[in-house]
Amino acid sequence: MSELFSQYNYIVVIVLMMTGLYVVFASRNLIKKLAGLSVFQTSVFLLYITVAKVSGGQPPILLKDKYGKDGDGHALLDGPIEVAAGGASYILPGPGTDVLYSNPLPHVLILTAIVVGVATLAIGLALTVRIREVYHTIEEDEIEAADFVYNLEGTAD
Amino acid sequence: MALLSYIPDWLLTHGPAFLMALPLIMAAVVALLPNRRVAWATTFVISAILTLTALALALYNMEVGTTIYRMGGWAPPHGISLVVDALSAPLLVLIALMSFVTLIYALPATIAEIKPNKRAPFYAAFLLCVAGLLGMVITGDAFNVFVFLEVSSISTYVLVAMGAARDRRALSAAYNYLILGSIGATFFVIGIGFLYMETGTLNMADMARILADLDGGSRVARVAFGFIVIGLGLKLAMFPLHTWLPGAYAYSPTPVTAFLASTATKAALYLLLRFVFFVFDPSFAYVADVLMFVIVALGVIGMVVASLLAIFQTDMRRVLAFSSVAQVGYMLLGVGIATTASVAAGYLHLLNHAIIKGGLFLALGAMWYRFGITRVEDFRGLGKTMPWTMGAFTISGLSLIGVPFTAGFVSKVNLVFAAANAGWWWAVGIVMLTSILALIYIGRALLLAYFQSPPEIDGHVVARHEAPYTMLLPMWMLAIGSIIIGVSNDQIVGVATRAAELLLGTG
Repeated sequence: MSELFSQYNYIVVIVLMMTGLYVVFASRNLIKKLAGLSVFQTSVFLLYITVAKVSGGQPPILLKDKYGKDGDGHALLDGPIEVAAGGASYILPGPGTDVLYSNPLPHVLILTAIVVGVATLAIGLALTVRIREVYHTIEEDEIEAADFVYNLEGTAD
Repeated sequence: MALLSYIPDWLLTHGPAFLMALPLIMAAVVALLPNRRVAWATTFVISAILTLTALALALYNMEVGTTIYRMGGWAPPHGISLVVDALSAPLLVLIALMSFVTLIYALPATIAEIKPNKRAPFYAAFLLCVAGLLGMVITGDAFNVFVFLEVSSISTYVLVAMGAARDRRALSAAYNYLILGSIGATFFVIGIGFLYMETGTLNMADMARILADLDGGSRVARVAFGFIVIGLGLKLAMFPLHTWLPGAYAYSPTPVTAFLASTATKAALYLLLRFVFFVFDPSFAYVADVLMFVIVALGVIGMVVASLLAIFQTDMRRVLAFSSVAQVGYMLLGVGIATTASVAAGYLHLLNHAIIKGGLFLALGAMWYRFGITRVEDFRGLGKTMPWTMGAFTISGLSLIGVPFTAGFVSKVNLVFAAANAGWWWAVGIVMLTSILALIYIGRALLLAYFQSPPEIDGHVVARHEAPYTMLLPMWMLAIGSIIIGVSNDQIVGVATRAAELLLGTG
């Protein structure tokens, strides 16, 4: 039980994921479906970010230019750097240190996934606007009823 | 090979990056072009360049084997690598070639179907779709696959919705596709997340190595596999996750239908092959179970049910769409038997079906262009009114059924032999049964076209009115291509066998 609470992030992820998926399938309103889809996608962002957390790890930040630059223009790092962040002082990772730091890669991945999610939502909303212009409704049942004759005859006009 | 000496070195070295960067960059340019014809011409030239590049890379691949391009000079597994191997090279050629063929057809078709101010954005979305498909086939990085999957999907939603000028149902079809496609892609990315937890890497070759070391991995890897199979199953229209497909194929603009039917589900199927056999391995117990009880089972049920559904459709576009779902079943059966011969047969059917369905949808599009035909009953007398279009439709249709000397026959025979050699005699029976069902739904249209006279409108029999040459050329290219494969198939069977050997490590 205590293990369950120590990993409460995953519980939140599962609850959000199932809520989102349920809303997508259960609602017949186009906007509500998109809202459900967004919740579903957001739960995945949280999953990735949770994975990135290393217990006791520090923020993976490197200070720029503290020790100058190397030949390629990358920041050079010779020893531990101390930085004040959130009121505490951290020793940053680098050669000569053995500090734990959180994994930065999932954050970067999720940055991409967020952009993808926003694009999907934008297209979905734009489609909903177009559907409302044509059908004068955003309820799926009414759209299907409006197309019933079309589907029966198999023609467009 | 003598041909290779004509190809400049930089193209062979940097071709993989060029292949996905060119359409991605040019999509932005094409969207801004004010003149519609210039937009078409630019897109056409780009797709011609892409086709040549893909062909060059495929030839080079046959010569030297797998090549790995390091994006930005970062070495794998940390950097993103682009992999051209025996599995991805034929798919690259297929996607580039189908975009080229569809674009020949698209010039008259878009004038009839897309409003003038939407044509430049249409070609831009088309290029984005091509870029996404090429990217997801060529990349060696699992998260990169997701990004390109979404690039191609999002542009596909736009392309499908553009059919609204012709048929308003395109809008709700695009919406359904968007919801299900996004759920599929999200399932896929959840799977990648779990796989990253298990292996700590995103490079697919590296994942494969680590998973093999872990002997299949823990429950996390199993969960990852489940999510990836479901996510890709949605994208490749595995029965019963196919519900988005008939609408999206039926109501989108005709060039889009032809392009999607021949590439989009195929690229997703390629990813399934890549993950099932390359990243994971059928020697893991859970992978073998999924192959047997999920992929084969759903593939076979899909073959029968979708074929039956196709018979009862009134709209020809929906007939062909359900037939696509059924054909995916053949490919899944080949994948599921999991011997070198069967995977090769499944892969071969993937390539052949792209050519066949592309040809069928192009011919159907031309019929709509001339007479507004979408219903099966409107096929009456088409053998007399549009003989050349109907000819191409007939050849591709016979190839779909699996008549000898056509592409469909070659892949079905290979599949049947593979199933029989593995002792799966019931699968042989089902392949035969569904071929008969295909005969019914295609034969119904052919009978109406050739044995009924053209309808009378206002007391006049409809006169002969053939499709324009720009439409006839691409559909005949595909129809003749399918006959060439049917008559001399050593080359393409060799390609498919090499791909299967790479996947199963038997080469």
